[in-house]
This record gives sequence, C-alpha cells and structure tokens, in this order.
Amino acid sequence: MKTLLDTKQLDITLQRLAHQLIENHTQFKDTVLIGIQPRGVWLSDRIAGLLKGITGQQSIPYGKLDITFYRDDVHQGNEIHVPSQTEIPFSIEDKNVILVDDVLHTGRTIRSAMDALIDYGRPKSVELLVLIDRRFSRELPIQPDYVGRTVDTIITQKVKVYWKEKDQKDEVVLID
Amino acid sequence: MSLSVKHLLGIKELQPEDIQTIFRTADNFKQVLQRQIKKVPALRDTTVANIFFENSTRTRISFELAQKRLSADVVNFSASGSSVSKGETLIDTVNNILAMKVDMVVMRHSASGAPWFLANHIDASIINAGDGINEHPTQALLDAFSMREKLGDLKGKRITIIGDIMHSRVALSNIYCLNKLGAEVMVAGPPTLIPKHIEGLGVKVEYDVKKALQWGEVANVLRIQLERQHKPLFSTLREYALYYGINKQMLDDLQKEMIIMHPGPINRGVELSSDAADSKQSIILDQVENGVAIRMAVIYLLSGKSELE
Repeated sequence: MKTLLDTKQLDITLQRLAHQLIENHTQFKDTVLIGIQPRGVWLSDRIAGLLKGITGQQSIPYGKLDITFYRDDVHQGNEIHVPSQTEIPFSIEDKNVILVDDVLHTGRTIRSAMDALIDYGRPKSVELLVLIDRRFSRELPIQPDYVGRTVDTIITQKVKVYWKEKDQKDEVVLID
Repeated sequence: MSLSVKHLLGIKELQPEDIQTIFRTADNFKQVLQRQIKKVPALRDTTVANIFFENSTRTRISFELAQKRLSADVVNFSASGSSVSKGETLIDTVNNILAMKVDMVVMRHSASGAPWFLANHIDASIINAGDGINEHPTQALLDAFSMREKLGDLKGKRITIIGDIMHSRVALSNIYCLNKLGAEVMVAGPPTLIPKHIEGLGVKVEYDVKKALQWGEVANVLRIQLERQHKPLFSTLREYALYYGINKQMLDDLQKEMIIMHPGPINRGVELSSDAADSKQSIILDQVENGVAIRMAVIYLLSGKSELE
C-alpha cells in the first residue's frame, strides 16, 4: 500500500482544483457543479464548500447525479446495483456543467454520467474534474479537464480515497 | 445489495429490508417519472411478458408503462382469444412464450397459488400481478409506499383496511406488508366478509366501521368483489353502502384528517361515496402514480436474476 496523497497534500490539491475552476468560470454565473453518486459526492461537497469560501458567494449551484440506471454493466455482475439519490434542484439547460468524480479509471462511469445528464436537459458544455486520474487504464476516449493527481497503475491495483467525514481521515492510497 | 428473492410471488416471502430496498429504488424512479425524459436505459437487454389470465386495466397498463420506462421490450398476452381457450396448459403456454427468449414473466391468474406452481417449473423470474384471493404484492407495495409518502416511517402507524377482506388479495398482501413494516393493522367490515381467525395474522378486527375510522390514521377501502362471491354474503348493495360504506360526512365528523385510499376500480356509492373518493383526503390517484414507480423498482431489482441459477 502506498500513500498517493496525505492529508496536507490532499488539502493543497483541493485548493488548487477550486482555484482552477474559478480561473475558468469566475463567478459561476452559468456554471453548475454536479457530483457523481456515490463516491464523487464526497469530493464535490468539498469543492463546493471551497468555492463558496473563495468567491464569497452564498451558494454555488450544486447537484448530485446517480448513474445506476445508465451503467453498461447492469446485468453483468452478480448483484444488481441499488441506486443513490439524484438531486439536481435547478435546470441544466444551457449551463456549463462540471462533472465531479473521485477516481477516473476506465471512463465508463463518465460515459454513463453524460447519458444520464443529457436526460435532464441540454447543457451548454460539460467538463470533468477528478481527484485521481489512472491514465493508462482507459477503455473509452474520455479525458479529464481538471486533475488532482495523475497516477500510472495496472489493472489489478486499486485506488482508495478516504474522507474524514466518513472514514475519519483524509488520504488517498494505492493498494496492490 | 439486491433482493433476497428471485421472484416476487408474495409479500409473505419478503424480508423487511427487501421492502425498504424496493421503496428506496422506487423513490429514484418516481423522480425519473417527473422529468421531461421519463425513461432510463437500464433494461435495454431485457424482454418481459405480461401474461394475464384475468381481466385488468390499471395493473396491466401500470406494468407495461413501468417496463417501457425501463427500456425493456414488452409482449402482452391475455387468455381470452388465445391458445388457452383451445385447452393448452399453463406450463405449456408459458414455456412457449419463454422459448421466444423472454427473461421475465408478469402473471395474473384466477387460481390462488398459480405463480408458485409456475416458479417450480420455469427458470425466468416471475412477478405475481394477483393470484385468485391470495396475494397482490405490487399493490401492497404501492399502497405502503403511498402511506409512507404521507406519514413517513410506518412503524407504529395505525392502518385500517375496510370492506371485503374475505375475497381480497389486496387485503392479505397489505396485512403482510404493513406487519413487516411495523404498522398496526385493523380490518373492518361485515362479519360475513371477514375470515374467521384472521387475528392470527396479527390484526385487530372491528365490525363497526365508524369505530374503525376513529382508530386509524389511514383507511384503505377495498372493492366489493361481486364477481368472486358465489353465495350472497350481504343482502343488498344498498344495505352494504348504508352500514359499511364510507362517505364525506363520516370523515368530516372525525376531528382528524384521515387518509383515504382505494386500490380501484371503485364501486362509487357502495364502499366509497363519490364525495369521499374525490375529497382532498383521498390519495387514490397518488396510488396509481406510485404504482408505476414501484413496479419499475421491482422489475429492475429482479432483472438479471434468471441467469444466476
């Protein structure tokens, strides 16, 4: 097991990602943040909090998207996936959407997320923010726009992200 | 974490956690049904046959819509005008349909127990859409789901089921379902329409409808099923309406906002008067709306279970 980001590094990385978003979207006027359920939401919660602090705005338009019904492996595993909640309390029509997920691996989750998103409306643009990019394991032509850390991994390895809200610590590790 | 069962034959066989999983999934589908695009691609690879040996409007349309909202392929079969009238057996009929690569069967049958019999003989997942006077599981699930929407967690809540308990599969499935969710259940109606020893299922029995209304928070009023009564169990419909029918005046006299439900089709003016059925307290149309979400949840959660054996 190897630590990819410790508490301090994770904090700096999140700060940087938030600033990069502001660099491109200034006041978040026509931009919305959407975290992918279940694990991307921990990251998007943090990013939304940081953005509020930095911009001094009361609220950043922020939603959560469940992609269970859009997966391409609904009937491949042994277990059927039970969905989490989708909460998008605004229209995404003509908005710049920033999809947020913790780890980008094969790209299949993001493919599902884009299909799910478009069933809620037609966004002006969609960007992707991830904390960890496992760059050599893509199975679909999908690339992130904002990356916390890029790592080279093999398929048998696992990246695990811990959040202090649920795991009592902030850390990202690579498990062999 | 999926369901503990391969088929939905009856509520009797479900675990309380199964019911909660179905509810949580139905919450999501209800949200999907309120979008502009009321459809998800989850069951693109699944074909479902709706096999109805008994008449149905609501249940059948509800199942078919649920399947279409999940992007499943659907075939419909009704016994009248089919090979069944030529004397084909149930297993032959279903096996012939399954031979055309159907993954799941939704069946309504007038014989109690027919879905269990079928489950022993075929591999596909079966959803019981009502068997005789035994169970109607998806109705009970959508009833409890609609109550949960109004009352929150049903633990300790008081639910009255009023009317023809004897001939009602809705009543039996409701009792099982509400018991598993921790609600208190009372059945009320004329003594001839309440089976003896029903207390053994853990329900209270009341023959005075007004008292039953006083006791409960929800009244699930059932249809008088004239087609299932082979000998008369009350003198006239008018007498039934007079002593056991629910009207707006009775509800107004209660000092509380009682929730009124009915699984349909309503005999207006018999078990439920029009002013009560159309009142603000009535959530009859919410039940119908929730039916699609509940059936989507059940079909989705059971899909893909056929290949696992």
